[in-house]
Amino acid sequence: MSDVLPWRPRVPAAAVLRHDRARGTDVLLLPERVVVLHGSGRAVLDLCDGSRTVDEIAGLLPAGADTTRVRHEVSSFLHRLRAEGCLR
Amino acid sequence: MTTPPPPWALLSELTHACPLHCGYCSNPLELTRRSQELSASRWADVFRQAAGLGVLHTHLSGGEPLLRRDLADITRSAVDAGLYTQLVTSGDGLSAQRLDALVGAGLHSVQLSVQHADPGRSDEIAGRRSFDAKRAAARLVKGRGLPLGINVVLHRHNLDAVDDLVELAVDWRADRIELANAQFYGWGLLNRSALMPSREQLQEATETVERRRKSLADVLDITWVVPDYFSGTPKPCMGGWGAVSLTVTPDGTVLPCPAAAALPGLDPPNVADRSLRWIWEESAAFNAYRGTAWMPPPCRTCERRTEDFGGCRCQAHALTGDAARTDPACSLSPDHAALVALTGTDGSPQLVPRRPTPPHRPAPAGHERH
Ligand code: SF4
Ligand code: SF4
Repeated sequence: MSDVLPWRPRVPAAAVLRHDRARGTDVLLLPERVVVLHGSGRAVLDLCDGSRTVDEIAGLLPAGADTTRVRHEVSSFLHRLRAEGCLR
Repeated sequence: MTTPPPPWALLSELTHACPLHCGYCSNPLELTRRSQELSASRWADVFRQAAGLGVLHTHLSGGEPLLRRDLADITRSAVDAGLYTQLVTSGDGLSAQRLDALVGAGLHSVQLSVQHADPGRSDEIAGRRSFDAKRAAARLVKGRGLPLGINVVLHRHNLDAVDDLVELAVDWRADRIELANAQFYGWGLLNRSALMPSREQLQEATETVERRRKSLADVLDITWVVPDYFSGTPKPCMGGWGAVSLTVTPDGTVLPCPAAAALPGLDPPNVADRSLRWIWEESAAFNAYRGTAWMPPPCRTCERRTEDFGGCRCQAHALTGDAARTDPACSLSPDHAALVALTGTDGSPQLVPRRPTPPHRPAPAGHERH
């Protein structure tokens, strides 16, 4: 269970990550769902292949000065997507 | 006029033909003949135009889309245009071979309709033996690793089975179940009094859904909306008229909503005559009820007007004869009492099964004033 082993987020096979030219943004497409990705959302999801923990994903992003804040934001973004059924 | 934001979704009605005869069908009474259907290459062009406009999702729907022998080609062209595709099917005719062809074409997901959790009752409501085919279809879809949604239109004759329907969805390993209370358009309007649930039925189903949502939070996504004729709160029409999605019917007519074919004087454009961009941005049909300027009182000054957009135009038309009135589902509408009276229907007349042509033309139900 997720309490025992750390979660390794994975974009489900059925999802499509792509650029949306009309809106000038990246999107995650699932049945009945569109998640519009802002900021580093796309970069984060590109790292969600089931092999990395949330901390490892956050660690791979350009953090600038504030690593704690990046870690916190990445974590809440990913957990929110999981709660909505968009991530495994 | 400012350019409206781009649409997100396209409902592609590939054919009106269907092997089932559901009495709640919301397709129009006048069905498009098969000879009038758009060819696969016309659909490919529609998908390219839609994607260019900003559409991200398309439902390949009907009728029963599997009746199109060229469905795999149509699917491939939607995928090639960059659209996320969902097949909306009754399951009737989904053999392993056909599914493989669709998966090969890049199909992303499947939505399967079920009429009841009990096989006999489901077949009865569908007007055809089809439950076993649905179960087999679900197994195939999951076997190919595609996301599966179950869709149930709820009404007096199956609302008591909500618990079993949720169980069925879990059993069939569905990812989602959409419990959609019947809306009264097209054939469904003709059957309104036979479909109308009782308040008690709805109350119980609402509680069941809440309970199941909690217990199945990680397993199954459950969509459920209390029908607006009971809630007193109108639903936003398609997220706003000409705001979120467009529908292309089998003969290429483009509508702001699938039920809008019944609106007189709308004069909807066709892809044969105009570009999808012009239709979306400039046609009179798509601008008729866009935004808030068209609104009558009490909507005009209501603080909810940018949330529900005055409710459903088709429902306003069906119940008052005027599409530009406040949706009678709204408790603030001057026509609300008439709608409430309808929800009290006692007797349970027989469902009239959907047929290719109506048996007789009842005093056009859409035009009566209540
Ligand atoms: S006009 Fe009515 S029927 Fe049509 S989409 Fe809007 S809400 Fe639905
Ligand atoms: S009055 Fe109009 S805008 Fe206000 S809640 Fe009713 S339908 Fe919506």
